[in-house]
Amino acid sequence: MSYITKSPWLVHYDGSSCNGCDIEVLACLTPLYDVERFGIVNTGNPKHADIFLVTGGVNTQNYPVVKQIYEQIPDPKVVIAVGTCACSGGVFHDCYNMLGGMDKAIPVDVYVPGCAARPESIIDGVVKGLAVLEEKQKAMAIPVREKQALREKELEPGVAVNKSQEAGK
Amino acid sequence: MSDMVCNIVSGIVYLILAPVIGGLLAGIDRKISARMQRRVGPPITQPFYDFFKLWDKQPVAVNKAQRFYIRGFLLFAILSGFFFFAHGDLLLVIFTLTIASVCFVIAAYASNSPYSQVGAERELAQTMAYEPMMLLVALGFYLHCGTFDAKAIVQSPAMNFIYMPGIFIGLCYILLIKFRKSPFDLSMSHEVHQELIQGALTEISGPTLAMIELAHWYENVLLLGFVYLFFAWAPIWTPVVGIAMCALTYFSDIVVDNCCSRMKWEHMLSSAWVVTLVAGFANVAFLMYMR
Ligand code: SF4
Repeated sequence: MSYITKSPWLVHYDGSSCNGCDIEVLACLTPLYDVERFGIVNTGNPKHADIFLVTGGVNTQNYPVVKQIYEQIPDPKVVIAVGTCACSGGVFHDCYNMLGGMDKAIPVDVYVPGCAARPESIIDGVVKGLAVLEEKQKAMAIPVREKQALREKELEPGVAVNKSQEAGK
Repeated sequence: MSDMVCNIVSGIVYLILAPVIGGLLAGIDRKISARMQRRVGPPITQPFYDFFKLWDKQPVAVNKAQRFYIRGFLLFAILSGFFFFAHGDLLLVIFTLTIASVCFVIAAYASNSPYSQVGAERELAQTMAYEPMMLLVALGFYLHCGTFDAKAIVQSPAMNFIYMPGIFIGLCYILLIKFRKSPFDLSMSHEVHQELIQGALTEISGPTLAMIELAHWYENVLLLGFVYLFFAWAPIWTPVVGIAMCALTYFSDIVVDNCCSRMKWEHMLSSAWVVTLVAGFANVAFLMYMR
């Protein structure tokens, strides 16, 4: 059984946004939605987090910040982009300093659209993220050598054939 | 000889049961806190899920020293509890517990992160605040029962609490610090995000963080053991009183945790010392007079 789906801790970062989605994320913590009943904890610390919840788009100024937070989260991790801004840049996408959605800076696993995204859909997005998280953890558990073999078999069959031919020589 | 076997068995029972009890206590704590804030709260077994999850995460440590000292923290926390429940010397228990907290402080100092550094400093201030009272607890039991031996203390002819109410009050006060509850959750807590991220825990992640959780569970059970010493005496049924009082102490700490905001460290230090001086010393003076 995977415990990671029962205790996802998230770190929340608000990029280039109107703060609407930011407020909705915080609304998830209130007694009305109470995400802690699923074991979700909003830690302020990327080193403790499993889920990176980003609202707002990425601009030239917060690009390195987002990257750094992402790199500080230990594996396995998923990124959830909440709100139209985080998905594509939203209303800000034409601004001179905007790079676009969060996927311009870091790999995003789940997109939650909406302006502002409702708490229900944010929770839904996190639940979708949990499935990805579990998948990633399973992938982590496979030793590197087996992973290589699997990769050769499924993704690059040509390499495997070449290798076996070389071994035959 | 059979006495010794008995002691070792009870020590081993502690080693096995303490994490279970400590984890459940932490779960109950989170549940009660959530109910007080009108939330549903996580399941009671949540701390175990957290623990196993952290254990499976990618191990990231700032440097080797950090990992070493956190292992030391866990080891000494377990060891001090083992000494206590194997009916060892109270002084030995307290000093071993101090070594554990020293390990924790050095682990926090191991990284250059300012949050971690400030957390370590605050942890030191906390140690300064509670350490005198811990020693007075041992001294009080010695003056009253004539021994530091935990087994002899729980066999005393009358309830120890009757002779040592001041020391018990002092212990309750510093238990708030030791359990890392508001108003004394200065160095680390799950709610420190705003000012210090997670304080001393900021740079600790994955399996090492799991070790710290485990050490805290062991430590909490040990500290409740000290409460137990006050309320158990010779008759067979008294453990019920002792355990009930442990539960009550823990519950009231949760209530205080939810009612208070964080104090400044100066206030923590001075108030803890005032309580130690007034309640603790008055009680010790009384015990000396009684002898
Ligand atoms: S998606 Fe809408 S509500 Fe959310 S941050 Fe962007 S503009 Fe604001």
